Amino acid sequence: MGPLARADVVVVGGGIHGCSAALHCALRGLSVAVVEKNTVARHASGVNAGGVRRLGRHPAEIPISDFSMKLWRRIEALVDDDCGFQSAAQVKVAESEAELETLAERAALVRGLGFGHEELLDRRQLRDLLPAVADHCVGGLASLDDGFAVPYRATFAFQRKAQTLGVRFFEETRVRSLARDGRTWRLETDRGTLEAEAVVNCAGAWGNLVAESLGEPAPVEAIAPMMLVTAPLPAFCKAVVGATGRPLSFKQMPNGTVVIGGGRRGVADPETDRSDLRFAELRLTARTAAEVFPIMAGASIVRGWAGIEGRMPDDIPVIGPSTRAERVFHAFGFSAHGFQLGPGVGSIMAELVATGVTQAPIAPFSIGRFKATE
Amino acid sequence: MRCDLAVIGAGPAGLAAATRAAEAGLAVELFDEQPAPGGQIYRAVESVPAARRALLGPDYAAGAELAAAFRASGAGYRPGALVWNVDSTLDIDFSQGGRSRQCRARALVVATGALERPTPLPGWTLPGVTTAGALQILLKAHGCVPSEGAILAGSGPLLLLLADQLTRAGAPPRAVVETVPRGRLLEAARHLPAALGAPGYLAKGLRMIRALRRAGVPLHRHATDLVIEGREQAEALSFTAGGRRHRIESGLVALHQGVVPNQQVTRLLRCAHRWSDSQRCFLPVLDPWFESSVEKVFVAGDGAGIGGAASAALRGRLAALGVLRRFGALDGAALEQEAGGLRRRLVRDGAVRPLLEALYAPSAQVLAPADETLVCRCEEVTAGQIRQAVRLGCPGPNQAKSFLRCGMGPCQGRMCGLAVTEIIAAERGEVPQTVDYYRIRPPLKPLPLIELASFEAAEDQPGDAPPDAPPDDRDAA
Repeated sequence: MGPLARADVVVVGGGIHGCSAALHCALRGLSVAVVEKNTVARHASGVNAGGVRRLGRHPAEIPISDFSMKLWRRIEALVDDDCGFQSAAQVKVAESEAELETLAERAALVRGLGFGHEELLDRRQLRDLLPAVADHCVGGLASLDDGFAVPYRATFAFQRKAQTLGVRFFEETRVRSLARDGRTWRLETDRGTLEAEAVVNCAGAWGNLVAESLGEPAPVEAIAPMMLVTAPLPAFCKAVVGATGRPLSFKQMPNGTVVIGGGRRGVADPETDRSDLRFAELRLTARTAAEVFPIMAGASIVRGWAGIEGRMPDDIPVIGPSTRAERVFHAFGFSAHGFQLGPGVGSIMAELVATGVTQAPIAPFSIGRFKATE
Repeated sequence: MRCDLAVIGAGPAGLAAATRAAEAGLAVELFDEQPAPGGQIYRAVESVPAARRALLGPDYAAGAELAAAFRASGAGYRPGALVWNVDSTLDIDFSQGGRSRQCRARALVVATGALERPTPLPGWTLPGVTTAGALQILLKAHGCVPSEGAILAGSGPLLLLLADQLTRAGAPPRAVVETVPRGRLLEAARHLPAALGAPGYLAKGLRMIRALRRAGVPLHRHATDLVIEGREQAEALSFTAGGRRHRIESGLVALHQGVVPNQQVTRLLRCAHRWSDSQRCFLPVLDPWFESSVEKVFVAGDGAGIGGAASAALRGRLAALGVLRRFGALDGAALEQEAGGLRRRLVRDGAVRPLLEALYAPSAQVLAPADETLVCRCEEVTAGQIRQAVRLGCPGPNQAKSFLRCGMGPCQGRMCGLAVTEIIAAERGEVPQTVDYYRIRPPLKPLPLIELASFEAAEDQPGDAPPDAPPDDRDAA
């Protein structure tokens, strides 16, 4: 029996990073197969809060986040679908003078790196952006030209656009092992063999399965960030809002519903693909939301959910070539803030696959930083 | 707060299960959204005035005995309690009196009954359109009947029962419009001999039909292409029957296409479900003790598959025996003997079901709604949009939900879920089992945010020290 498929590149994982890498590889004329153990966007990519945020990123992420933002602004030209992308301010609220001081230091740091997108807001400027914010909030930090999108719709759009360029998707197909034979990578799956010259590992919380088999284990932790959504409220908030001293991510969608997240975690089980909510934790999310926006005291929660996401111990992703195997490239472990990076990192991965190098400053994300210390 | 057995739902199955388990000495808590026992079928059965009780008939009155036995059983009872989450360790999160708390259970009986099948038809979202079940609730609980003759349209035994009850209450329906296709009776007739073994059901049905004729209620049979007309409000029902188009005016149209198990709790708990071709819905996969694929989660009553009130009570007792068996709390021989008797009665009572299922299978029009018909009422998604999403590549209801928002509104998909599964299955040329159903996420019903903010988890309830391990806590093999 011949292989299931033969391509220039096999992408492992059908989340936004896998779909974006596949699309960008196809745009460079490579033939691509994507293998996904569930369905496209089943986990973090389909169910995240949808924030398209540069604000508050780890300094190492700022350049690639800024690059990805440029792609988001012309997302419809890239994937033939607007992905529900809306330009909006991202605001981090300071609930005390001490928090505002922290934000001021942060703004100075970002300016020092040569980026101007994060601006400090005083009391009045904060209220210009967030008229409904609680009285105790003293200011904030904003990135005015960020936004949000609809996660499943966006990932599905990347898949469809990739398909129109000939990318083949093998869903409900699980990679069991990979091995190199001459210049050909062979991926054994539960539905047959995939053969390719290069492999891109975008397997999210499951990214270590590929890395470990190459002898470069990476400590990915499966986490399940939880979210809540309310019944529609009258329009009161146009920006995407976070807090400084406690977890919060908050936004009102165009239909009036409010999505509240911010990183409080449920229970993730990557073996069974399941995640459970913990309402003893979510009540804190509800409290924070009502304290930052008093109008939320009248809201009703319609649904809560969580998705499985891969987190690295240093909260920044693994991006770049394998340090052990030739023609394998990693992009996983985005630590609950990878959605915005999807378009940009996919483009960087395609550049790596096609040319072997990239100008993007990805050195801090090398998998080599997790060298075993035996 | 802790208990040995939590029961959700105080209909016949929940009442019977709670009663039997409490009699055997288990600490039982029964949670129910209604203010009084009875569920939908026996709603208000303890308090209904004698005249209304006579009107509702002897089958309804039978519920009073179940309620009385439950009251005497010593089972804990939490009326007006909405269970909005159950997690995999059987922590039950519920709202009662504006306060949300948690109860830790060692076993669970889900007795959340049935829902009316969604009936997506042109105009079904207009004000003035309701369901037969909703009209019957108004009659049972409040003695309310419509001031204007209602049109009852669709398929199923409830349609005739409600028509009969409304007529006897002095508010005969303007018309009964049945969508059972011509020839269906003949197809269903092969189940007739078996059905004759079930006590009284067929005779009751024939009696109701005769009574409607006597009362002069027009009965239109084999109706197709139903359209509820009206701009701001329902004004008329039009349909094709007997080779021509009819139009009957009324501001009140009650639709019905039978009932289906309420899967919300069993889906939330990720119990395995299987598609039933004869009932055209998903049923939880259950063992002979009504235990689901999730250990210590039992399902009784119509939630286990539509069987009606008498079967529900029998199943409730059997599920309680299953729980007792799990806990080793009842001697094996006594358990088998009691269960054997219940199972024989269950077989007899269920004999009428194949006939009813064949005769009253839902109409083709609601299973395959026209493209422009709204399927998800909460988010206003049409059948055509769902088909279009499938053509784009959406493989199932969860992707359609993420893409179109169908099933994302306050009803959590109760009103559109089965229709969405059927539409996607038909469009993809697959069976509903493969296409599957929405993943259900908590809260099961909308919950005020401030109530969640002060949610009392089991670990922070004062005085809730872990109990000593019960001596009988061993699982039967």
